[in-house]
Amino acid sequence: MAQQSYVKVHHDPECTRVEFTEKHVIDEVVIRAIGNELTKLVDDSSRPRIVVSFKGVDHLSSAALGTLLTVMNRVKAKDGHLRLCDISPQILQIFEITKLNRVLRIEKDLAAAKASLATPG
Amino acid sequence: MERLQSEVAEALGSHGFGEAAAFAIRLALEEALVNGFRHGNRGDPSKQVTVECAIDAGGVCIEVIDQGEGFDPGSVPDPTAEENIEIPSGRGIMLMRAYMTSVEYLPPGNRLRIVYRRDTQA
Repeated sequence: MAQQSYVKVHHDPECTRVEFTEKHVIDEVVIRAIGNELTKLVDDSSRPRIVVSFKGVDHLSSAALGTLLTVMNRVKAKDGHLRLCDISPQILQIFEITKLNRVLRIEKDLAAAKASLATPG
Repeated sequence: MERLQSEVAEALGSHGFGEAAAFAIRLALEEALVNGFRHGNRGDPSKQVTVECAIDAGGVCIEVIDQGEGFDPGSVPDPTAEENIEIPSGRGIMLMRAYMTSVEYLPPGNRLRIVYRRDTQA
């Protein structure tokens, strides 16, 4: 039986864009499935350029943060780039508390994320 | 777990807790439950996690008890330290402490008490 998908994937010219279908990214099963889907996107690309949009997400757990870090490390290992965007103030606070906003590259919205990929630093 | 979260959210609503409080308590309860199952019970499906919850207009007190041997919360490394910042795990307790008024592991460390007081939280 096919595993349920918890992300929508769009292949734009500049990047692979990922959106969550769940507004609560806290359930372990959901997070594991999302991690598997993101990992496949990274593995299927020679130099991944991935933008993860948090539009509509209103809850996030530490397990989700861990998954994002694992994905980031895989992206970096392939000399790729990962951007996060469309993060609500409440969710952004979680990144700030854990100081992961210093490690994960967060942009305001999709346009800013794509622009940052055009001149990755 | 979702049913428990829904019941807590409903009780919070009936006592007039706002969105920020509901967000904080949901996050802390989720982290507490995951820690109880994953770390306390070491993923053993034959073991249980018990939740005791008291909610009134002044705040919330939740106890999460696992069937593990307990642990020393002081032994958990700082996840924001440079050498740990890219490690995927170890942020649950930190988030609970950030969002709740108090977070306390009662000896031997398998009973977690998290408290949210309305008068002390922003």
